[in-house]
Amino acid sequence: MTNPAGIGPAIQVQGVEKSFKNLHVLRGVDFEVAPGSIFALLGSNGAGKTTMVKILSTLLKADAGTCTVNGFDVDAEPLKIRESISLTGQFAAVDEILTGRENLVLVAKLRHLKAPGNVADDLLARFNLTEAGPRKVGTYSGGMRRRLDIAMSLIGQPKVIFLDEPTTGLDPEARLDVWRIIKDLSTQGTTVLLTTQYLDEAEQLADRIAILHEGRIIANGTLAELKQLLPPAKVEYVEKQPTLEEIFLALVGNNSKEPSGDRS
Amino acid sequence: MKTHFLADTTVLLGRSMRHIFRSVDTIITTAITPIALMLLFVYVFGGAIMGETENYVNYLLPGIMLIAIASGIAYTALRVFTDMSSGIFERFQSMPIARSSVLWAHVLTSLVANGLSLVIIVLIALAMGFRTSANVLEWLAVIGILALFTLALTWIAIIAGMAAKSVDGATGFSYPLIFLPFISSAFVPTETMPGPVRAFAENQPVTSIVNTIQDLFSGQPVGSGIWVALGWCVGILVVAYAFAMMTYRRKIN
Ligand SMILES: Nc1ncnc2c1ncn2[C@@H]1O[C@H](COP(=O)(O)OP(=O)(O)OP(=O)(O)O)[C@@H](O)[C@H]1O
Ligand SMILES: [Mg+2]
Repeated sequence: MTNPAGIGPAIQVQGVEKSFKNLHVLRGVDFEVAPGSIFALLGSNGAGKTTMVKILSTLLKADAGTCTVNGFDVDAEPLKIRESISLTGQFAAVDEILTGRENLVLVAKLRHLKAPGNVADDLLARFNLTEAGPRKVGTYSGGMRRRLDIAMSLIGQPKVIFLDEPTTGLDPEARLDVWRIIKDLSTQGTTVLLTTQYLDEAEQLADRIAILHEGRIIANGTLAELKQLLPPAKVEYVEKQPTLEEIFLALVGNNSKEPSGDRS
Repeated sequence: MKTHFLADTTVLLGRSMRHIFRSVDTIITTAITPIALMLLFVYVFGGAIMGETENYVNYLLPGIMLIAIASGIAYTALRVFTDMSSGIFERFQSMPIARSSVLWAHVLTSLVANGLSLVIIVLIALAMGFRTSANVLEWLAVIGILALFTLALTWIAIIAGMAAKSVDGATGFSYPLIFLPFISSAFVPTETMPGPVRAFAENQPVTSIVNTIQDLFSGQPVGSGIWVALGWCVGILVVAYAFAMMTYRRKIN
């Protein structure tokens, strides 16, 4: 659906290894991501999620193994890959001194799009940032910054999007916003690879989940498949307690009609 | 696959020019310390150093300009460091742009920002009595040398900005550079210095550059000094550029 040959996975990773000096971070990672799907890479701190994402987005070179994105090899054709992907790194990569709108225009110009101003205005509207658009990003809240960051990544309609811990540090409401955006992307046919430390995030979003542990993928499957790896659930009678998230959202009055305009 | 080096550099230059004009204080700060030094030396020490015989502002201005450049490039290091640590650098690197345009935009910005600071300094110097017989060609030569000097130091700043682990690390490298003009012919003629200091002062890059600019401003023949000055500038530029590219490549692989 999305790669040049029209077939095959959007992302293919085979036997990837990467060390930093003596630290053997990736020790033979294999996985594939189907076009148009959402793939979650789970792992604890230091597992190597960011390292894997950087290799796939041509920011780092692997020591061994092969990676293809949209059918292009990361070593042989990095420029082709850069044309069809976008990266939202672990930490919001926005220009604090520019306004939100200028940030978007900047990326649109660097992607050589026509009418960068219109592209920016569309995205501002889509991400509830129209009002904040003319303000310096330095004044934005964490959630607004992250939304702008993701908006910048959508410019040029890349076929594959890498999101490195897209919701870390966001409040529950902003998290739901980001989830909605990611689901929309996937509905439109974009392939999404996201990393996360939150199991519920993977559960909510991902078509497939892979767990990266000690340099290897130790589990890879749909949620249902992963659940089968565990012993069958015991039946216990417990009072259904609301989750903290539900309590929080009830108290702050989350009416999903107005998803967080300018919470600063 | 063709990249758009010029177009991308222009866009990124526009971005950092916005940075500059939104923090005009960086240009003023760059200009203010050298101006304060100029006032101090002319109105406080000047009489003692030079007597009444010569126009001390004329003598001082070239060195003051070099100090301004040496301190101005610290902002370039800071901007590069901020790009590196904020992740925006990685965003650019993951996009289909000419990769080196990210650095070149910073280099051009440094030229513009330092140029503006220098204009302010020259205007103040004129108000303080700076006079020159330099014609258009001589002015162009002065501008060319200053631009080359800025370029050379800017590439050092870019290394510092890329390699630094902290803001202080990114900007700290400029202190010795700022200090260099003091041990040169910028403030007092080197003949007045004790032996070893004099030897150092006469053979370090600042002295040849200062002397050349002083000669150009006063309409004296520059002699072979200009070649020494240009040699230093180009030499530093080439070495700094090579190291910057090495650091850059290590950074992006
Ligand atoms: N440039 C580098 N130089 C040296 N070590 C590095 C470098 N980048 C990452 N590492 C190390 O590699 C390991 C994996 O890092 P990575 O950032 O990929 O983990 P992660 O899974 O993204 O963790 P987190 O959840 O904290 O973001 C860590 O131990 C980290 O310290
Ligand atoms: Mg990470």
